[in-house]
Amino acid sequence: MGSFILRRVMLLVPIWIGISLLAFLLTNLTPGDPARLALQRELGHQPDTAQVEEARERMGLNDPLPIQYLRWLGHAATGDLGTSYRNGQPVLEALTNRFPTTLKLAALGLAISVTIALPLGALAAVFRGRVVDHFSRIFALVGASMPSFWVAYLLILAFAVNLRLLPVAGSSTWKHIVLPAVTLGIAGSASLMRVVRSEMLENLGQDYVRTARAKGLANSYVISRHAFRNALIPVTTILGMRFAGMLGGTVIVETIFAWPGIGKLIIDAIFDRDYPIIQGFVIFMGTVTLLINLTVDIGYGLIDPRVRPAKS
Amino acid sequence: MAVSTADHKSPTKLAKPAVKLTAPERFILLKQLRKDTSALVGLVLLSVIVVMAVFANQIAPYDPIKTDLLLGLTGPSRDHWLGTDSLGRDMFSRIVHGARWSLGAAAIASLAIVVLGVSIGIIAGFFGGIIDSLLMRLVDVLLAFPSMILALAIVGMLGPSLKNVLIGMVAVWWVDYARIVRGITLRVAQNDYVEAAHCCGCHPTRTMIRHIFPNVIPTVAVLATLELGGLILAISGLSFLGLGAQPPTPEWGAMINDGRAFFLNAPQLMFYPGMAISIVVLACNLVGDGLRDALDPRMRSR
Repeated sequence: MGSFILRRVMLLVPIWIGISLLAFLLTNLTPGDPARLALQRELGHQPDTAQVEEARERMGLNDPLPIQYLRWLGHAATGDLGTSYRNGQPVLEALTNRFPTTLKLAALGLAISVTIALPLGALAAVFRGRVVDHFSRIFALVGASMPSFWVAYLLILAFAVNLRLLPVAGSSTWKHIVLPAVTLGIAGSASLMRVVRSEMLENLGQDYVRTARAKGLANSYVISRHAFRNALIPVTTILGMRFAGMLGGTVIVETIFAWPGIGKLIIDAIFDRDYPIIQGFVIFMGTVTLLINLTVDIGYGLIDPRVRPAKS
Repeated sequence: MAVSTADHKSPTKLAKPAVKLTAPERFILLKQLRKDTSALVGLVLLSVIVVMAVFANQIAPYDPIKTDLLLGLTGPSRDHWLGTDSLGRDMFSRIVHGARWSLGAAAIASLAIVVLGVSIGIIAGFFGGIIDSLLMRLVDVLLAFPSMILALAIVGMLGPSLKNVLIGMVAVWWVDYARIVRGITLRVAQNDYVEAAHCCGCHPTRTMIRHIFPNVIPTVAVLATLELGGLILAISGLSFLGLGAQPPTPEWGAMINDGRAFFLNAPQLMFYPGMAISIVVLACNLVGDGLRDALDPRMRSR
């Protein structure tokens, strides 16, 4: 098991380097000279050419790109992702401060989508072609077609404005998380349910299910203990990716519900042209995603010994 | 199983692609599709919306961006079927023109994504070696984290505009195509006719275009249709955030954003464009599902 984990970690190293390279190169997309922009912020007026040239030299912008990359990577590896243009806060601090809030929202969103998707998907497969199946298909189609930002407002209209059950924006009480999490959950559950359904169908058609039935096991036992458990294995993998996707997908929901997470941070940064935050966001979220995938891979190895390489 | 590169973008996993189609089988495909009621419904819906987008100037009764402050926020009437927005612009005209913007943007993005992804996939699969390794490492990196994060960052660096949103989308969405097309290319390149073409002195470019490309068309067509809905959602989502189409452009996502301020008094300003997006995406998903089912032989007997 130890060598399995080590191998997985080693596989991630080149990908992490690739992500860092992307994050580094991203700054080259910005319009204008970073040195000139920095001086403008410092001085409050247009700098002259000599000042710009001096700043370029000081900021290391005249060095070849590979040198710049290595220097930046060295800083990044020690947790120095630069400082925010807007308030001078270290980028890493800004991201880590906001991250738990987003994590909480995404985790609850994922939990909601699993709660909807697992039973509905499994039932749809078991009662294939019946009412539940048709309902699940319609739910999946409609759920996957509605834009989350629109669903969010429909939910606000229903639960916050008309019924006055839940607050609209903010994060002070537990009630504030309900609407954003449900919005995320609905969007995630539709496609997840289809995966659960097709995995269930696949497993229900397998020989071992027939064997289990042939030896006289109760149908409910066969479904829950045999087919369902096997169907869950690939679903777990997808959940890992979904979770990572949800962390990135909270941007819209956080903006609507004024949820003070990392998505809100990045949107504010985009409008403020706060480039260090945007760059930090890419490498931070990239790293988080890799760690989630690693956890899923290892967990997968624990559940399903077939994934582990044979001892040689 | 390649666990770490599970697809997170496309909601529907494309099962074993590329059933090779001979001429009569193409007709089976059409027949299959004709029997599929929901796919037909999707096709009809999509056609209606495309017609709406193409003939927007003829259909829309008013100029979608002409303001009339005296007419602000009126409900539905005989003159204005869906009422007017806060600046007195006719909602129906804006929705009709929005089809042009939303569908057009997604179509352009989709075309660019397909061209880029297919070219890279075929080149990687055909030449192999170092080109293949380099391109596939890039694919690995891009697949390693959620596409939305990178797309957001690209738009953030370039600055908010619809053009930059399209650049951001194309930059991250081509990877699925490249990976799948590369797989097909690797298999097709084994065929005798490819070798024969090579022996006859056929230029590699010609071999790729004439002999390999036709093999990837069915799979790519299905994938593009399946992903079109997601693309529309993503682009309108970015426009909603204010990163894409800017006011007064009647893009549906941007229109929902416009309606936010008047949400309590006039929720219909958000309702109509949201409905429009949902219908288009639904139509795309129906057609995409139908095409996939028709091409997937395992579904045929069911």
